[in-house]
Amino acid sequence: MEYAIVFLPLVGSLISGFFGKRIGDKYTQILASTLVAVAAILSISIFYKVLSHDYSSNKLIFNWISSGNFVVNWSVKIDSLTSVMLVVVTLISSIIHFYSIGYMNNDPHKPRFMAYLSLFTFAMLTLVTADNFLQLFFGWEGVGLCSYLLIGFWYKKMSANSAAIKAFIVNRVGDFGFAIGIFLIFFYYGTVNYSEVFQKTPELIMQTVNFMGAEFNLINLVCILLFIGSMGKSAQILLHTWLPDAMEGPTPVSALIHAATMVTAGVFLVVRCSPIFEYSQLALNIVAIVGMATAFFAATVALVQNDIKKIIAYSTCSQLGYMFFAAGIGAYHVAIFHLFTHAFFKALLFLGAGCVIHSFREEQDINLMGGVWKKIPYTYALMIIGTLALTGFPFLSGFYSKDAIIEFAYLKGSAVGYCAVFVGIFTAFLTAIYSWRLIFKTFHGKFNNKKNNLSTIHDSALIMLIPSAILAFGAIISGVVFKKLFIGNETNFWEGSILFLEPIKYLHPPQWIIFMTPFIVTATIPAAYYLFAKDNKILKNLVLKNKFFYNFLLNKWYFDELYNFIFVEPTKKIGLFFWQRGDVNTIDKYGPDGISRIVKILSNKVVNFQSGYLYHYAFVMLVGLSILLTYLILY
Amino acid sequence: MNFPILSAIIFIPLIGALFIFLTKGSQKSIEKNSKYVAVFSSIANFFLSLFLWYSFDSSVSTFQFIEEKNWINGFINFKLGVDGISILFILLTTFIAPICIFSGINSIKFKIKDFFIAILVMETLMLGVFCSLDLVIFYLFFEGGLIPMFLIIGIWGGPKRVYSAFKFFLFTLLGSVLMLVAIISIYWITGTTDVIKLLNIKIAQEYQYLLWLAFFSSFAVKLPMWPFHTWLPDAHVEAPTAGSVILAAILLKMAGYGFIRFSLGLFPIASDYFTPLIFTLSVIAIIYTSLVALMQDDMKKLIAYSSVAHMGFVTIGIFSLTKQGLEGSIIQMISHGLISAALFLCVGVVYDRYQSRMISSYGGLVNVMPKYALVFMIFVLAALGLPGTSGFVGEFLILVGVFQKNILVAVLASFGIILVAAYMLWLYRRVVFGRIGSNEIKTMLDLNRTEIYIFASLAFLTIFLGIYPEPLLNTVDVSINNLIDKYETDINLNLTKTNN
Repeated sequence: MEYAIVFLPLVGSLISGFFGKRIGDKYTQILASTLVAVAAILSISIFYKVLSHDYSSNKLIFNWISSGNFVVNWSVKIDSLTSVMLVVVTLISSIIHFYSIGYMNNDPHKPRFMAYLSLFTFAMLTLVTADNFLQLFFGWEGVGLCSYLLIGFWYKKMSANSAAIKAFIVNRVGDFGFAIGIFLIFFYYGTVNYSEVFQKTPELIMQTVNFMGAEFNLINLVCILLFIGSMGKSAQILLHTWLPDAMEGPTPVSALIHAATMVTAGVFLVVRCSPIFEYSQLALNIVAIVGMATAFFAATVALVQNDIKKIIAYSTCSQLGYMFFAAGIGAYHVAIFHLFTHAFFKALLFLGAGCVIHSFREEQDINLMGGVWKKIPYTYALMIIGTLALTGFPFLSGFYSKDAIIEFAYLKGSAVGYCAVFVGIFTAFLTAIYSWRLIFKTFHGKFNNKKNNLSTIHDSALIMLIPSAILAFGAIISGVVFKKLFIGNETNFWEGSILFLEPIKYLHPPQWIIFMTPFIVTATIPAAYYLFAKDNKILKNLVLKNKFFYNFLLNKWYFDELYNFIFVEPTKKIGLFFWQRGDVNTIDKYGPDGISRIVKILSNKVVNFQSGYLYHYAFVMLVGLSILLTYLILY
Repeated sequence: MNFPILSAIIFIPLIGALFIFLTKGSQKSIEKNSKYVAVFSSIANFFLSLFLWYSFDSSVSTFQFIEEKNWINGFINFKLGVDGISILFILLTTFIAPICIFSGINSIKFKIKDFFIAILVMETLMLGVFCSLDLVIFYLFFEGGLIPMFLIIGIWGGPKRVYSAFKFFLFTLLGSVLMLVAIISIYWITGTTDVIKLLNIKIAQEYQYLLWLAFFSSFAVKLPMWPFHTWLPDAHVEAPTAGSVILAAILLKMAGYGFIRFSLGLFPIASDYFTPLIFTLSVIAIIYTSLVALMQDDMKKLIAYSSVAHMGFVTIGIFSLTKQGLEGSIIQMISHGLISAALFLCVGVVYDRYQSRMISSYGGLVNVMPKYALVFMIFVLAALGLPGTSGFVGEFLILVGVFQKNILVAVLASFGIILVAAYMLWLYRRVVFGRIGSNEIKTMLDLNRTEIYIFASLAFLTIFLGIYPEPLLNTVDVSINNLIDKYETDINLNLTKTNN
C-alpha cells in the first residue's frame, strides 16, 4: 500500500507524458487524476492506521548508492509526521488534478500539464517518505524541477521562462547549503540515515568543526545549513524572491506547489530534524527570527500589491514564516498543524483566485475588477471562506492553528517567544487588512474592467467549483476536528517522529492573548470595507503623503533590484572578464598563439641565413670553425 | 592461454577499418558497404565488451584477462589486462563508438568511408589505452589517438578547423613529450616498463616529484585542467559532431584514467605532495570555466567549457583519495561520457538542420521539435546534476569524499552546482523556449528514428545509473579499495621513514 501511494502518481505521470497524445486529452486527465485520487484514499487509510494502531514502518525498495560506508537506500518510511504529509500532499494534489481539468480546458498541452503535476506529486511523496537525507534531497530537487517546469509551462512567455529559471537557481542556492549540511552529517556521523543520525546526535553535542581556522559547533552548523535549504524551498526572507515570480505559472500550480505542498517542504525538514534542532538553541533562534522577519516582511508587501496572485503569494510567504517561528520556539507540532490547515485554505484561495481570473478572462489586476460579487456568487463565497480561515476568524481552521502558535510562543517565556507573540499578533492584523483589501477590491465597489462586459462575467464550471468546495469544507473544519489530535493536551500522536527535549507546557496563557487576535481580525473587516470599498480618498491621501514608503513596499523592499546589482550583473561581468581577459588575452595570447608567433619570428630570422650566396655560408663556416677552435684551445 | 578477448576487443575495430579501406566498387556501394562494416564491427565489439564485463570477476583486485606478447626482446612486452576501473572505460568506449558512427551516417556528407576508418582506428587506440599494462604500449596508444582526432577535426571540421586542429595537436603533444621522457627515465631507474611490476616497486622519493610532474603535464592538458584548457573549446567548435562526442566522452577520460592508474599508482608520495596543486587548479577550473560558460554565445563552446568544470570535479575526487571521492570520479567520468556525448549530439541535431551553433540563431524550438526539446531537457538536467541522473551520483560522491579531506575545497566546488544550473538552464531557455525566432526554424524537422534510438539509449543509461549506480560501484569496489590501501601504506611508510 505504501508503494502504491508513492508510485501511482509516477505511473500516471509517465502514461500521460508518453502516451497522452495517443490516449487523448480527456482520458489522460481522468486517468492521472484518478490515480492520484486512489493514492489519496490509500493515504487517508494509512493515516487512520497510524492514528488508531500507532502504525509505523520503513520499507526498503532497493539499494541506491553504496560506496564504502556511504550507504543509502530507496525506501518508504511511514510514521505520524509522514502520514500527515501524505494526506496533505495526495489529497490537495488530487483535488487540484480535477480542478485542472476545468482550468486548462483551452490549453493545447493538457497531457503535458497532467504529467508534470503527477510527477510533482511523486517527487513530493518521495521527499516525505524518505528515511535518509539523500532521498529527501532527491525529492527536494525533484519538486524543484517540477516547479521549474510548471512555472515555465507557458513557454512562449519570456517572463514565465525567466521566473522558472529564477526559481530553480534561488532554490539551488538553498540546496547548496543543504548539500553541505549533508556532507557535514556524513563526515561526522558516518551515515545519512535519519534514525542513526538522530540517535547519535546527543553524543556529538560538544563536537566542533574547524573551518578556515574558526571553530564551530557541529550541531549548530548542521542545523543552520539544513535551514538554509529550508529557506530556499520555503521562500523565507533573502531567498524568497522566486515565489512571487513563480505566479507566472498556471493557477492550479500555484495552489498545489507554491502554496499547499512544495513550499512547506522546508517546514517539514525542520520538523523532521527536530531531534537535531532540539540540541541547538542557536539554530532554533535563527529559525524563529527568520520566520518572524518573513512573516512581517511579506505581509507588508502584500498590503500594496495589485496582482491577485501575488498578494496570495506574499501571504503564503508570510504564513510560512508563522510555521517557521512556531518551529523555532520548539512548537513543531503546532507548525505542522498550521501547515495542515494552511494547505486547505491557501489552496482554496488560489483556486478561488483561479476562478476569478477565469471569469475575467485572464485578468489578474485587482484594480481592474470590482463589483461582481453578485455575478459570481459561488466564487465569492469560496473566497470569503478562504479569507476568513486565513485571517483566523473564530472557529475556522486558521483560527485554531494561528492562535496556537501565538499561545505557544507566549508560554515559551523567552525573549524570542515574547517577540514572536508581538510579531504574530501584528502580522495577523496586517494579514486581515491585505486579505480583505483583496476581497473588497475584487468583488465590491465599481466594476472597473474595460476588456470585459459585466454581463458576460459568470461563475466557473462545476469541475472547478466542486474541488474548490471540498477545499472550502476542509478550510472550515480541519481546525476544529484535528485540533485535539495535533496539539491537544493529551496527544501522543507525534511520539517517535518529533522530539521535544523539554515537555511542552500546557498552561493557559492570559485571557487577553487568547482574545486579542480574533478580536483584531474581526474588527478589521468593517474597517477594511470602509477603506477599500466605500471611501478610498483616505487611502489616496495616505499614499500621496508617504510616497517613498509606498514605493518601497510596492517594489517589494527592492530585493530584486538589489540582487541584480550585487549578484547577477557582477557574475556576468566576471564571466566575460575571465573569458576575454583570461582565456583569450592571457592564456592563448602567451600560450599557444604566443609560441607560434615566436616560432614564426624565429624562423623568419633563420630563413635569412639561407641567402644562397656562397660567401655567406663560407663566412658562417669560418665563424663556427673559429669558435670551435677557441673552445678546444681554451678548455 | 584462453581466447585473447582483450586483443580481440582492441583489434576488431581496426580489422573493420581495414575492410572498409579495401572496399572497392562504385561510390554508392562503397558507402553502403563501409557503413555496414562500421556499424557491425562497432556493435559486435560492444557486445563482446559486455561479455567481458560479464565474465569479469569483480571480487578480486588483480588484473584479469592478462595477455603478454614479447615485442622488442627484453625491453617492451605487449601486455594487456583489465581491472575494475579500466573495464568501465572499455564499456564506455565501445558504447560511444557505434553512436559516433550513427551520428556520422546522419551528418557526414563527404569522404564517409575515410570517416568510418578514422573513427574505428580511433576506437582501437582508445581501447588500447585502457587495456595496456605496459608504459610504452600505453604511450603509443595514448598519443596515437591524436592522429585520427587531428584528421577528424582537420578534414570534417568547420571553417577554422586548421587552426583548431593545430592548437589541439600542439597542446597535447607538448605535454606528452614530457611523459615520454618520464617513461624512458622510469625504465632507466627500475629496468622495466611493466605496469604490474611497477605498481609493486617503490620508486625512490626523489625521482617521484619530477616524474609525477611529467605525467601531470600530459594528463593536465588532455583532461584538460585550468589553465591548459583553451584548446578544448576551439577543438569542439570546429570538430564535426562525432568528433566532439569522442573528444568529450572518451579522450578526456583517458587523462582521468591516467591520473588514477599512473599518478596515484606509481608516484603516491608525489601525488600526496602535489594534492594542493590539483585542488587549487580544479577549484579554479570549476568556478572560472562555469563563469566563462555562462557568457558563451556558441552552444558547443558552452558545453566545452562545462566539460572543463565537470572534469574539475573528477580531479578533486581522484586526489581526495577517499573511497567516495574516487568512486565518485569514476562514476562522474562515465556519466559525463554519456551526458556530454548526448549534449554534443543535441547541438549536432540542430546544426545539421540549420547550420549554426550560435545560441542567438535559435529560440522556440519546442514549438516545432517537441521530442528534441524533451531529450535536450533530460540531458541539461543530467548535466546540472539533478538527483536521479548519473551526474548527481558522481558529483555528490565526489563532494562527500572531498569534504573529508578538505572542507574548503568541497564548499568552493559546491558553488559550481549553482553556476552550472544557471548556464545550462539559460542555454536551454534561449534555444528551446520562447517564440519561434525565424522562418527557417518553422520548417525544422523533429528527431528522426535513428536519432531517437541514439538519444533513448543514452537517456536510459543516464537515468538508470542515476537511480541504480550499483553495477558500476560493484565493479570498481575492490580495485578502488586495493588502490587506496596501497597508497596509504606507501604514504605511511614514507612518513615513518622521514620521522626516523
